[in-house]
Amino acid sequence: MTIQFNDETFRDDYTFRNSEWAIKRFPFPFHEDSYMYSVNMEQHRGGPKGSVYEKRFDVDEHYISEMRDRALVLADDPLRCQSLPHMTLAGWDLLELIMVSKSEDYPDLFELHRNGNQWRWINKPLGIDDSFTFMDEASLPYGPMEYITRQAQGDYAVLDQRENNLWMDAGMVTTQADWSLDFDIGMNFFEWHAPVPLAHEMGVFKRALKFLLNIQQGSPARRLNWTMTVNPLLDTSPENYHKWGRQKTTLTPENLGRKQHLRVELQTFYRLPRSNALVFPIRCYLIALEDLVTVPKWGRRLHRVIRDLPEELATYKGFIRNRPMILDYLAQYDDGLPTSPGIWPDLDTEPPLQK
Amino acid sequence: MSKFDFPPSIASRPVYGTLKPRKGTQHLMIADGAGAEALLDLVASAPEIMAQAHVIFISRGSDTHSEKLRAAGPAILHVGPSYPATVQRIRRVLQDTVMGAQIYLAGTEGLIGQAMNEALQAGIPLAAIQTEHRGSVARRVQCVHCKGITEGVMTDPFVCSHCGLNLFVRDHYSRRLAAFQGVCIDAEDPGEVPDPVELYK
Repeated sequence: MTIQFNDETFRDDYTFRNSEWAIKRFPFPFHEDSYMYSVNMEQHRGGPKGSVYEKRFDVDEHYISEMRDRALVLADDPLRCQSLPHMTLAGWDLLELIMVSKSEDYPDLFELHRNGNQWRWINKPLGIDDSFTFMDEASLPYGPMEYITRQAQGDYAVLDQRENNLWMDAGMVTTQADWSLDFDIGMNFFEWHAPVPLAHEMGVFKRALKFLLNIQQGSPARRLNWTMTVNPLLDTSPENYHKWGRQKTTLTPENLGRKQHLRVELQTFYRLPRSNALVFPIRCYLIALEDLVTVPKWGRRLHRVIRDLPEELATYKGFIRNRPMILDYLAQYDDGLPTSPGIWPDLDTEPPLQK
Repeated sequence: MSKFDFPPSIASRPVYGTLKPRKGTQHLMIADGAGAEALLDLVASAPEIMAQAHVIFISRGSDTHSEKLRAAGPAILHVGPSYPATVQRIRRVLQDTVMGAQIYLAGTEGLIGQAMNEALQAGIPLAAIQTEHRGSVARRVQCVHCKGITEGVMTDPFVCSHCGLNLFVRDHYSRRLAAFQGVCIDAEDPGEVPDPVELYK
C-alpha cells in the first residue's frame, strides 16, 4: 500500500493523530497481564505483514512530520546530535545500512543508485535527491550519521565495542524518554544505565550486555520498551524538562483519554560491518489511551499492568502522580475477562468489552 | 577528619581508593586542599619516589600544605591557586609523560574527576592512575538544562549558578564532564522547592 503521510505536530497544538491503520499495527508492549524488566530480546527478522516488525526500518504515516520535528529540535539544540571523532566510520556504516534497507524495503519511496563510490540517494517523501561520494564527508551537507538520521524516524545510539563493553560514542537523540545524549556520550553500558532502578540488582544489564556483544552482522535483534507521556510530545528530553514538565499536571478525567499516551520504543540492534560498532535505533510510537482501548484486549491488559506495576517503576517512568487518574480511566475498559497470550490485537478472536 | 566513606551508590559513580607507591619511571601527583595529606601519607611509606616526582598542588590558600609538600622534596613542585588556573599546565605536563609513568590524584571529587579526564585524554592507561578522596565532599554538577557547571555543591536541591533553576542532583555521573547531573526539581509544580538538605546527611 502507499502510505498517506500526515501533516501534524508533536508540540504546541499537538495535531498528531493515529489512523485506524496505525492503531491496529501499534506495537503493544505487553505479552501478558503484568510487567517486570527482562532482557526480552528476539531476532529482528521481519514479522506479520503490515506490522512494525515487517521492515528493517519501519516507515509510517508520521514520517514527514517526525522529520520536521527533529529539524526543529536540532535547530534549538545542536548537542542532540554528536559523534566522537573515532565514530565517523560507523556513521558511514549506518548511512549504508539505512539507505540499502529503505531502498530495498520501500522501492516506491526510496532509491539508491551506486556506481563504485559514486552514490545517488533519492528520498521521495522528503523531496531529496543527492549525489555524493561514499566515505567522503565533504560531499554531504552533514556528517554521515547526521545526514541519514535526519531522514529516519527514531533515535540512533551508535555504540563502539571495546574492552568487552559498549560505549555510547555517537548518537542522534531527539525523541528520547528523558535521557541526555550530551551527558551520556562517552559512557559505557553500565554507566549510562546507572539511573535505572531495580534492573541492576536483577542482573538485567549484565545479561543484556552479554547478548549485545555477541550480535553478528546480518542477525539484528529487537525488543520493546515503554513509558507514558502526556500529550504526543516526541521531545521529552531532560534538557527541556523545565518546559514540558508542567504538562503532566494538565490531565483531567475528561481529557485523559485524549492527552495521556502510551509511549513504546521499538529498539533494534545491528552490527555494523566496517567499524564493528553496534547501532541501536530506538523508534518511538505514541498512542492516545482513547485509541488504544478500541482494541478490547489491550484495554483490559493495560489496566492490569499499570495497576500492578511496582511503585519504583511508576516513579522512574514518570507517571506516579497521574497513576490513580489513569487507573480510573482504564478500569472502565477492564471487564475482568481473561486475555490471549502475546502482544497482537486478536480482534477477531477476543470478545468485545462486556460492560 | 578529611577521609570520607561514600555510601554505596550507582554504577556510574567513581570509586576512590588509597594511594599506594608503585614502581615507575615518573610520578605525577596532582592534588588539591586536603589531598596534600594523601600525598604526604604516600611519601611517608616510600620516600624514594619523590626524586622522580612532579607535584602539582592546588592550594586553595593553604600554605601549610604547600610547605609540607615542599619539605618532602619532590623533583618539581608547582603550587597553583585554583584548578582553572592550573589546567593548562596539567595538560602540558601530561604531554611529557613517558611509558610507565604513574599518576596520583588526591583531593576533592571535582579535582580528581577533571584531572582524570585530562590524563585519559592524554592517553594514560586507567591502570596507571590512582585516586584518593580527601577533604570536601562537595560535588560538581552540570545543569542538564543550560549545561553550566556549578562547583562546590553542598546541598540538594541547589540553585544553578548559571541559569538560576532549582536543581536536584540526579545520581548520575559523567566522567567526561567530571560532574553529576542536575535536573529541575520544580518543573511540574513551579515554586514548590523542598528545603535544601546537606549532601550525605
